[in-house]
Amino acid sequence: MTVQVENYGTLAEAVRAMGPDAMFMAGGTLVMRDINAGTAPQRIVRTMDPALVDIRASGDTVTVGAGVTMAHILAHRDLGFLSPVARVVGGPQIRNMATVGGNIFALHPYGDFAVALLALGARVVMAGQGLTGPGSARPLEDMLRDRGRTGSTPAIVASIDIPRPRDPRAFGFLKVSRIKPKGVSVMSIAVHLPREGGRIRGARIAFGAMGPTPLRAAAAERVLEGQSLDAATIARATQVACDGLDPPTDALASAWYRREVAGTHLKRLLEKMERG
Amino acid sequence: MAKKPVTFTLNGSERAAFADDGQNLLEFLRRGVGDLSPKYGCGQGTCGACTVIVDGQTHLSCLMLAEAVQGRRVETASGLATGTLHPLQEAFMEHFAAQCGYCTPGMLMSAKVLLDRNPSPTREDVVEAISGNLCRCTGYEPIIDAILATSNIRRPA
Repeated sequence: MTVQVENYGTLAEAVRAMGPDAMFMAGGTLVMRDINAGTAPQRIVRTMDPALVDIRASGDTVTVGAGVTMAHILAHRDLGFLSPVARVVGGPQIRNMATVGGNIFALHPYGDFAVALLALGARVVMAGQGLTGPGSARPLEDMLRDRGRTGSTPAIVASIDIPRPRDPRAFGFLKVSRIKPKGVSVMSIAVHLPREGGRIRGARIAFGAMGPTPLRAAAAERVLEGQSLDAATIARATQVACDGLDPPTDALASAWYRREVAGTHLKRLLEKMERG
Repeated sequence: MAKKPVTFTLNGSERAAFADDGQNLLEFLRRGVGDLSPKYGCGQGTCGACTVIVDGQTHLSCLMLAEAVQGRRVETASGLATGTLHPLQEAFMEHFAAQCGYCTPGMLMSAKVLLDRNPSPTREDVVEAISGNLCRCTGYEPIIDAILATSNIRRPA
C-alpha cells in the first residue's frame, strides 16, 4: 500500500492535519516498520518543529519534548537519572532515532522507557492543549490506559513532564533480557521510593511486559509504603509483586514464567537499591 | 505515486534524486541512487545490515524516510575506500572478520563512528558499539579483534 507523507512546519499545523486515516511519525522506528510491511495508515504526518526536541529543567520537573531521542537523553547533563534506562533501549542506531514520545506507544517487547516514566509519575502534555499551566498535562497512566482504544480523537504528544527524583538513589531500573548487551525485554521493572525520615513515602513500582501496557504493582507499593527498605519488607513486597497483573504469553516467555520470576527480579532490584 | 526531490551529500559528493512517497532511505540509496553497500536484512530495524551514518551518527536506513536526509550528510561503506582500502577494511580482511559478508557494511559503519569518537576503545566499548549489528557467521570475536586492531593504527581523519 502506498502512503502519503505530509510535512508540516509547526506542531500546531501537524495536529490539525491528524485524522482517523493518519499516523504521526517521529523517530520512525515504529511507524517505518509498518510502512515497510505495508500496514501503515494512508497518511503519515511529520513535523520538524524545534519545540519537539526541547529539554527544559525547572525546579523538580524536567520537561522533555516528545521528539527527544534516547541519545539526546544520554547526552544531557540534567537527565543523568534516566541514563540507565535510555542506555538499554535498542542498539546505538535505534537510540539515535527512537524518541521519548514514541516509546509511550511502543508495544511489548519494546517500550521500556515508558515503564520508567510511569514509576517516576510522568505527565503527558498533548499538542494543541496549551503547553503551560496546571491541568494541561495528563498522568501517563491515563494515557497508557487509553492507548489503542479506537474512536479517540487523533492527537500528538508534545512533551512529557518528568518529576526529577530528589535523591537519585531512590530510583531504580532493571531490564530483564536473555541476550546481552542488546536484547528485547522479557520484562522491565522501574521503582521510585522517595523517603522521608527513613520511611518510604509515595512508593511507585512499574512493570513492563506484565500486562497489555506498562502497569503499576499496586499491592507491592502498598506493602512498601511507610516502611523502611529492610529484608523483611522486601520479602513481603516481592510476594505480592504479581497481584493484579496479568502477564502475557508470547515468543519470549510464558505467563507462568513471568509470574514465577517477577518477584525475584523485583527483589534483586530492591536489594540493589537498599545497598545504594 | 508522488515523487519527492531529495538533495543530500553522499560520501562527500552532492547528490540529487527522486524518492517515492514513503520510500525508506535504504531502498532509495540502492535503487534510486545506485549505492548497493547498505544491505536489506530485515526491514524491521533488528539486524543492522542497513546501517548508514547520517550527520555523524549511525542510523538504520530501513527505518528512515528517504526524504528525511534532505540537506544532510550521509556516509555508507562504499565511501570508506579512497584509492586504498580504509584501515578498518584492511583489518576486517586481516582478522577474517567477514564470512558471508552481509553484515560487514553495517559493521564498518558502526565501527567507524566508534573510532571517530573514541580512538582507543576498550573491548566493552566495541561490543556496545556493534550491539545493534547482527552477524550470524563469525561469532563476533574476529570482528571485535579487527576493530580493536584498527584503533591503534588509525590514520588521521
